[in-house]
Amino acid sequence: MQVPAQVEYEKAVSVEHALALLARYGPGARILAGGHSLIPMMKLRLLQPEVLIDINGITDLCYINLAGALLQIGTLTRHAQLLDSALARAHFAILHDAERVIADPIVRNWGTVGGSLCQADPSEDLSAAFAAMKGTMVIHGPDGSREVSAREFHTGPYETVVGPSELLTEIRLPIRPGGGSGYQKVSRRAGDWPIGAAGAAVWLDGDTITDAGIGLTAVGATHFAAAEAEEYLRGRDAGDDTLRRAGEIAAEHCRPVSDQRGPADYKRHLARELTTRVLRLAVSRARGALS
Amino acid sequence: MRVTVTVNGTGYTREVEPRLLLIHFLRDELGLTGSHWGCDTSNCGACVVWLDETPVKSCTVLAPMADGRHVRTVEGLSRGAVLDPVQQGFAACHGLQCGFCTPGMMLTARWLLDRNPDPSEAEVREAISGQICRCTGYENIVRSVLWAARHESAGGYEAPDRGDGADARP
Repeated sequence: MQVPAQVEYEKAVSVEHALALLARYGPGARILAGGHSLIPMMKLRLLQPEVLIDINGITDLCYINLAGALLQIGTLTRHAQLLDSALARAHFAILHDAERVIADPIVRNWGTVGGSLCQADPSEDLSAAFAAMKGTMVIHGPDGSREVSAREFHTGPYETVVGPSELLTEIRLPIRPGGGSGYQKVSRRAGDWPIGAAGAAVWLDGDTITDAGIGLTAVGATHFAAAEAEEYLRGRDAGDDTLRRAGEIAAEHCRPVSDQRGPADYKRHLARELTTRVLRLAVSRARGALS
Repeated sequence: MRVTVTVNGTGYTREVEPRLLLIHFLRDELGLTGSHWGCDTSNCGACVVWLDETPVKSCTVLAPMADGRHVRTVEGLSRGAVLDPVQQGFAACHGLQCGFCTPGMMLTARWLLDRNPDPSEAEVREAISGQICRCTGYENIVRSVLWAARHESAGGYEAPDRGDGADARP
């Protein structure tokens, strides 16, 4: 029988209230959103917070909005909400692709976008997706809010820049013309973590790639991104040779490790192949949006 | 701490430790043992109950998280003495062998049919993809859900024929 250790519990009713509770309890407190990563960690005694601050009552943080050229996603948005969002899919098909393969439908009902990001598992899917889309995270703290690039959000496995007195409240995704995106994942069985997964967003001007974002997860990519491959793509023609070369570059620069999900050379193979495939998908979608 | 949860329409208030999991709250505090405690790792789905409008894995929800919310368990599926069409489907199509996964499967099936009254076989399989039948009786589970969809969409439903002339309704 797995049960968490003794813990205090507080229910936050607003962002301000959550911040006040974080200030009161200090570093021993943890934010509880969907809990689908946190509670299993607590059951295994990998984590023993002194206080849980439950933010599930802050329904103001459940939203997917369009504000000018920004798609805004509230941190408490459930995975199922993001999967079902026609608005999110219209602008970033990568989100729909990724959410379809995150855990299972029941976990997606309660697990949250912000929780997944703050858990910062090195195999997490949305971290790669947001890296590909070059999103921005909005973090609230006692002195107001600050914005951090998705690529500066994670500082290591299970570590983010969110401080002990801070709360991630929103993810912002800039919408630019000529864009297309996609996500693909290979896992051992339905609902499992990836052996490897890749996401891509490209922006085209005619056949020229004006900008590209490539996200990789579970393969040891720095900041969940393939910066060298993106650099290679910028300004080039979106032909298949180019996309395949970008896949090779992405594979060269990631650092997968062998584990129970697969050997490192296979994961590197996946990094190459999946990067190429999602680039093709993103380019074809961008062309569809252009025509 | 004090927790008040409405389960199948009835309000219950209990003093619990904050670390108490919802599945144990239902089974041990309320005596509602229809929800099963399975893998303990959010994988198997034996513990699925509805939290407000959606099924969740109750081994990964703390009882205080359900405070002020509505929970629906397998005990709340039937309407009085009349079984839910999903329950009738499981009876008609031999949708269970050992029965351990059945409550969670049926609650997810009910949720699916409320959102999508005429699902394809693939949609049924996807809906239950977070739940494990250790007897591997998936074929009949899928048939059971599709049976329920057919009988609901036909407008009302009839009791399944158990082949012995008896009415399946209790």
